[in-house]
Amino acid sequence: MAHSARRDCPELPDFSLLKRLARDRLIYLLEQLPGKKDLFIEADLMSSLDRIANVSTLKQHEVDKLYKVEYRPVVSTSDQLCFLIRPRIQTVKWICDVANADKAVGRLRKYHIIFTPQKFFACEAVLEEQGIFGDVTTDEWSFYLLPLDDDVISLELPEFFRDNFLAGDQRWVRTAGSALHLLHTLYGPFSKVYGIGRFSKMAYESWREQVEEGEQRARQAEIGTVFLIDRDVDYVTPLCSQVVYEGLVDDIFRIKCGCVEFGTEVTSDKSLKVMLNSQDKVFNEIRNEHFSNVFGLLSQKARNLQTAYDKRRGMDIKQMKTFVSDELKGLKQEHRLLSLHISASESIMKKKTQQDFQELLKTEHSLLEGFEIRESICFLEEHIIRQVNMMESLRLLCLLSITENGLLPKDYRSLKAHFLQSYGAEHLLTFSNLRQLGLLVEQPAGETLTVMESRVGKLVNDKTAGKLTGAFSSLAKKSNFRALSRKLNLVPKSDEEYDLRVPRDMAYIFSGAYVPLSCKLVEQVLERDGWTGLEEVTKLLNGQEFAVTGSIGADSSTKSDAQRIVIVVFLGGCTFSEISALRFLGREKGYKFIVVTTAITNSSRLIESLLGNIA
Amino acid sequence: MMKSKADEEDYWNSSKFKAFTFDDEDDEFSTLKESKRTVNSIRCLVEEDDDKEEVEKVSWNGEPVSSNSWSVSETAASNQRAEREPAFPKINTVTISKSHSGYSLSSLFKGETDGKVSLTAFSDSSVRLYAPELRKPKSEYKVVSLEKFRSLQDKLLLLDSCVAAHDGNVITAVLIYLKRTLSKEVLFRELEPRQTALSHLIHYLTETRDQRLLLELLRYTCLTCFCFQLLQYKEHLSIADENKRRDFLKSCLSLPFSPEDSSHVQDHYTLMERQVIIETTDRRAERGEKVERALILNMPLITTLSYCCLYHYSESEGTFSSPLNIRQTFKISEKQFFVTALGARAKLKAWSDVDALFTSRNWLGFTRKKSPLGFQRVVDILQKNSAPTQVLQDYVALVDDAELRITLAQKHKCHDIVINTYRDLKDRQQLLGYRGKVERGSGEERKIDELLNNLQIRWKN
Repeated sequence: MAHSARRDCPELPDFSLLKRLARDRLIYLLEQLPGKKDLFIEADLMSSLDRIANVSTLKQHEVDKLYKVEYRPVVSTSDQLCFLIRPRIQTVKWICDVANADKAVGRLRKYHIIFTPQKFFACEAVLEEQGIFGDVTTDEWSFYLLPLDDDVISLELPEFFRDNFLAGDQRWVRTAGSALHLLHTLYGPFSKVYGIGRFSKMAYESWREQVEEGEQRARQAEIGTVFLIDRDVDYVTPLCSQVVYEGLVDDIFRIKCGCVEFGTEVTSDKSLKVMLNSQDKVFNEIRNEHFSNVFGLLSQKARNLQTAYDKRRGMDIKQMKTFVSDELKGLKQEHRLLSLHISASESIMKKKTQQDFQELLKTEHSLLEGFEIRESICFLEEHIIRQVNMMESLRLLCLLSITENGLLPKDYRSLKAHFLQSYGAEHLLTFSNLRQLGLLVEQPAGETLTVMESRVGKLVNDKTAGKLTGAFSSLAKKSNFRALSRKLNLVPKSDEEYDLRVPRDMAYIFSGAYVPLSCKLVEQVLERDGWTGLEEVTKLLNGQEFAVTGSIGADSSTKSDAQRIVIVVFLGGCTFSEISALRFLGREKGYKFIVVTTAITNSSRLIESLLGNIA
Repeated sequence: MMKSKADEEDYWNSSKFKAFTFDDEDDEFSTLKESKRTVNSIRCLVEEDDDKEEVEKVSWNGEPVSSNSWSVSETAASNQRAEREPAFPKINTVTISKSHSGYSLSSLFKGETDGKVSLTAFSDSSVRLYAPELRKPKSEYKVVSLEKFRSLQDKLLLLDSCVAAHDGNVITAVLIYLKRTLSKEVLFRELEPRQTALSHLIHYLTETRDQRLLLELLRYTCLTCFCFQLLQYKEHLSIADENKRRDFLKSCLSLPFSPEDSSHVQDHYTLMERQVIIETTDRRAERGEKVERALILNMPLITTLSYCCLYHYSESEGTFSSPLNIRQTFKISEKQFFVTALGARAKLKAWSDVDALFTSRNWLGFTRKKSPLGFQRVVDILQKNSAPTQVLQDYVALVDDAELRITLAQKHKCHDIVINTYRDLKDRQQLLGYRGKVERGSGEERKIDELLNNLQIRWKN
């Protein structure tokens, strides 16, 4: 990036240890079942497993054949069946069916279930109910944390979001606590923990209990500070279209477990799976860039590459030999990556230059800024009427509802009716889910105040609006994006030019239109060393904030490197844009952020998890 | 490819985010193209010694993974530890009121009932301490018996303390026990004021697909939120047979939904009923046809309307498949009907029908086309259905905003409109510039020349 970064950012701890731990543990578990065995792997575990161990590692430990769990009768001839699964009742039921089918034909086999990251009592209850408790042995593979990159660690639990926030099931709270505990044990001790949100509090408590239960061993802390945040503290950010490179790639091609599959529109012959992380030198330079900046950087790199190749001309044999052995391989690698990312950028351009996207972006920015709301509603209505992309319609509906603190009843009814007509009546269920989460709601009659407030805010200048907000905030019950936005200055002043090449704040990740709330909270709390002075903000966010200091480590000079290595835990998922924003913040303020998330999310994943039209 | 430049610029200028557009005419896109060329040409240069030396890596699913994967350097962490004190304060999450009971929680779990029972017994992972060297077995399972908790008071205390500990796994475990040992009536009654526990049971029943108990539970506990009705309604999704599904939807009509949803469910049923009729009739009629029509069963209303606009456009309002009848039955808005009909007729290239959609609206003289939709959007729809330029230009000409009109006209090569608009704007420079874009020696070029030579026009530049 072109801006001046602080030089004193501390080094990141080495997280490959987490992978080694997970692998060793898995090998140990496999060894518990001596002899040849067939291994059934749950489909959504495959990618994570891929990052931990390869096929030959498994073969070394007497895994004979590998199958994907597909809820069909098994064809295996092995005497030992091993199942590596998430603790899901549906999967356990299937295993019961397999065992019972064998029983029915008098076939004797050993069954072993390895639950990851932990087993649930409810799953064992199924084994009991189905009469195969005792025929099946079970174990746990406590694989909590998968490092996706130097500074990103994922729990790979996308269901965390729906289970916790929609269903209100707290089964993963302890998992989050355990994950934190693992990090604490390996890289701590932490000395400061900040957080906001109900589940953050719970995860903190769960972790604290585990710390107390376990034995303590003092070591030099590598990570000193932790910030926990619930996804529902900030829904606006993940609902915005991503415009930094990595976010765009995720929105368009879907990055799965740090790996993306580029289709033929990018690769021209056959689709290609590519790992996207800091090891990819080209990607590493453009991942956090605003898309408009990516072309320039890529063409600069292309020119450099050309120059490097051109060095060959006029070389003698000896020089050529050195060139080939020292540089050529690196250049070829870079060349390959460069052409890949250029093609990807072209493909993104093709999609994003379409009229619809321009208009979507424009509407999105209007919603964030809070002007031309009527026009936005009109646009949204036409978008729905024309049956264009349903996910986009839902995304904008939610964004409208959150930024406006709910839709006027008249608008809500009309848009909902249009939506059901265009995309199917069964989305009644989707609306019910979205309402339950507060993502898409009707303004209750009593809340016209906030509407009035925002109207007034538009009419008078900022200073007066601030005063008015003060007067109103005591009356307003729910959180209010506009008020938050004003208090934290999330939408920068609109009269200045925003140079995306030299970003001046985190708003660059949204073209200068909006500073992500989640990251702004992190910035503010670290700056103030707590929530002091943010009382009005936390009130608007429904409270649930906390800041605690451990008795150890607090004294050990707050300026130490470990203090400036900060884990930010997103409970319910975080986006690539947020990660980019935190990287930017880290460079500006001399921190190193490590993002720990239950899963990488984006607007489509978020909304898909809430669709109600699945049987 | 030219984008509606005016539209964009209008936006970018009106707001601060000028710095970024996705415009492909941007200089940078040409640099990008250029870099691509460069890179491709380099490829030719080095292809002789190709990359095959790198062994293809195969992932779990047997698919190849690109070789720039992350190489893991695995170094063990330093392991200097020493004894120290536990150090973090408790924060108040949930405080359960102990006042209503004589029991103290700690005595319940640690002493009085039976020393063996403890909360951690369910989730033995809690005893686990991670250390890099950890490879020890630790899966001996403690068998936990909840049978000690026989009085209702004990059971509820157990439940409340689990809820206070925020471990969903344990909460569910206790609920499974309560479900087994308490009658439904008592269980439901006690769960009603315990929202967290209730959510866990609902989720558990959803997962185990115990639909019957779940419905009973919801009927008892969720009186205001319509959960019960929605869950009942949701069941239609798992019914594959269309007649059964329709009948099931009919049975949902009597459920007490919110007034709003009630009408949506009614519409859903009516639509399904309609679809079954249309589908049956059309399948019979279709046997002679070569091209198979798309199925409309279980499709949204608008898709159904679109289908009817495609195949039953001119039917009288009396038939079930007539678009007008559908519009009437489902109270489809004028704009919505217009958009759907426009799309469908354009798809069939029935341009006279398209034309009629606009003119029929203006029965006072048939002079001017009117549209409930912006003409820019109309052009967009027509163009997506590959309307020819002659058709497009009629509608491009009706776009109000001159800038936008020019952009659209340029995009769709409606030269006349561009030329006329520049003439009206008295913009000699632009017209001159446009001369380079039309074909040499064409009628358009002559027209431009005539205009440029016309001394009567007072050009602004």
